Amino acid sequence: MSRDYDFAIVGAGPAGLAAATLAAELGLKSIVFDEQGAPGGQIYRAIEEVSGTRPGDGSILGKDYQYGLEPVRAFRRSGAEYAPGTSVWDIASDGALAVLREGKAWRVRAARVLLAAGAMERPVPFPGWTLPGVMGIGAAQALFKGAGLVPDGAVVLAGSGPLFTLFAVQLARAGVPVAALLMTAQKNNSWRALAHLPAALRAGDYLARGLSMMRELRRAGVPMISGVSNLSAVGDEGLKAVEYIAGGVRHSLQANLLLVHEGVVPNTQLAMAAGCNHCWDEPGRYWRTESDEWGDTGTGIIASAGDCSGIGGARAAEHAGRLAALDAAHRLGRLDAGERDRRAKRDLAARARHMRIRPFLDTLYPPPPWLRHPPDETLVCRCEEVTAGELRRVAAQGCPGPNQAKAFTRCGMGPCQGRMCGLAVAEIFAKAHGVPVSEIGYFRVRPPLKPITVGELAEVAL
Amino acid sequence: MFKRRHNHKAKSITVYLEGEKLAAREGESVAAALLAHGTGDFRRSVISGGPRAPYCMIGVCFECLVEIDGVANRQACLVPVREGMRISRQYGMREVAPEIVP
Ligand SMILES: Cc1cc2nc3c(=O)[nH]c(=O)nc-3n(C[C@H](O)[C@H](O)[C@H](O)COP(=O)(O)OP(=O)(O)OC[C@H]3O[C@@H](n4cnc5c(N)ncnc54)[C@H](O)[C@@H]3O)c2cc1C
Ligand code: FES
Repeated sequence: MSRDYDFAIVGAGPAGLAAATLAAELGLKSIVFDEQGAPGGQIYRAIEEVSGTRPGDGSILGKDYQYGLEPVRAFRRSGAEYAPGTSVWDIASDGALAVLREGKAWRVRAARVLLAAGAMERPVPFPGWTLPGVMGIGAAQALFKGAGLVPDGAVVLAGSGPLFTLFAVQLARAGVPVAALLMTAQKNNSWRALAHLPAALRAGDYLARGLSMMRELRRAGVPMISGVSNLSAVGDEGLKAVEYIAGGVRHSLQANLLLVHEGVVPNTQLAMAAGCNHCWDEPGRYWRTESDEWGDTGTGIIASAGDCSGIGGARAAEHAGRLAALDAAHRLGRLDAGERDRRAKRDLAARARHMRIRPFLDTLYPPPPWLRHPPDETLVCRCEEVTAGELRRVAAQGCPGPNQAKAFTRCGMGPCQGRMCGLAVAEIFAKAHGVPVSEIGYFRVRPPLKPITVGELAEVAL
Repeated sequence: MFKRRHNHKAKSITVYLEGEKLAAREGESVAAALLAHGTGDFRRSVISGGPRAPYCMIGVCFECLVEIDGVANRQACLVPVREGMRISRQYGMREVAPEIVP
């Protein structure tokens, strides 16, 4: 099966939805692929269902979540085609997409492709993080949004950043008791972040909302422990206890659920498979897809918008999506340059405003050094069970970086294809060789990006 | 680890985990249904045999791989439940799909 479109978009989050809605309005035949079952992306996951059948959960999730209903509705009305439950598992440099839905695989060609694949939680290896009962805070939040599940039992939250605080507040509103919030932000970060305060204050009400969330947590009496380091999860068949150091003392807490969060990082797997350029973002400590102000990656057909091209949050992503749509319409001859530029002004300014909070957040909540450089026994590659110690050993033997480490250790060669270990591996090699991470590089990404059977592969018309 | 919040109006659906009947809700993922049921491990590591369960819930960690209606290596966090679905945890050594392609 092969179909043709003017504009094919991967990702139905704020960026992809805004792009599709505007592109359809500009007369482009557009389609959005997303492996989730409903539109909204990570932030607005299940927004239609929650608004329709679980409004109580909507109030707990808060106004920033409920905001998502309108863009989702606008997208539904727009006339853009929507392929839910559909994974994009390969992309060629000419933009041809290979997609898979319920055992059916096919290729799609489009004149212009937009990668709006969003972000994932930064994977931070620490001892015991593979135990059942340890997961991401965003993962637990996805269970609440998508299925109305809440954590149960002895629950510990560890980490830092806006999503960490937000989820703690959401749990407090839902009446879910939390044994402790283990806060990993280092105290001297605040001093450094002060330099970025003036810009942050001009970014809108992010700071005010952050402070109000902290007040909400204090009022709710959630136990908060700051200056936490050296986290580890202990158990055999599942989590039993969380250990950490605070105030120079080692502590142990009984727990059956440990939720961890150290910010989000771009989901670059598709853009890397397509051969787009990537650069190391030093403040954010992640790789991002390089693109210009319109999202164009310079590869000819492929653009990138939203969190996958650098973390900016949902509102910045929405404007980036619109800019990519305007540029697509221009490149496909539906808008002249003057009209594109005129219509882009508002979105450019608004995106820039939302981005002003980022230097402040990046400085306040960098992944702490003890998490970037976990102890030797830590499984860094979850799939192939390669430890930090093994990586350091092969580095000492002369292994230069992640791609060679694959041959030495099979690191990054399991089903997640390095998504979970890639950043940690790069940090470990950079330290071992005494060079910046930008010089170490990333795993070469190879298709298929998703599990696909030989039978499904055979169906793809090549 | 997780429980259902009360205010859920969605239709109830029956799925089977290794023959055992589970009540799931329409629209939720297989991973959500198993976690709500109290399933501890979804699979075993193919290297050490250690227990594994969903980590990311957004399709990137591949810890949630289960067999669904006879097809191995499905991402439980992305597949919605369907009436009568048969699910088994992956306990054997198993080559995972991305590697079948040279
Ligand atoms: C788990 C999680 C929870 C978050 N929750 C919040 C929150 O509550 N509040 C907040 O302010 N920010 C939250 N964020 C931050 C979030 O990244 C942004 O706020 C916002 O969602 C970014 O929008 P986006 O359009 O760039 O991407 P996203 O919203 O991430 O959308 C990307 C979409 O692309 C799809 N996709 C990716 N790869 C493929 C593929 N290969 N094939 C098919 N589809 C694909 C994904 O399924 C996803 O729906 C969260 C991030 C994560 C990772
Ligand atoms: S839980 Fe991570 S891929 Fe499903």
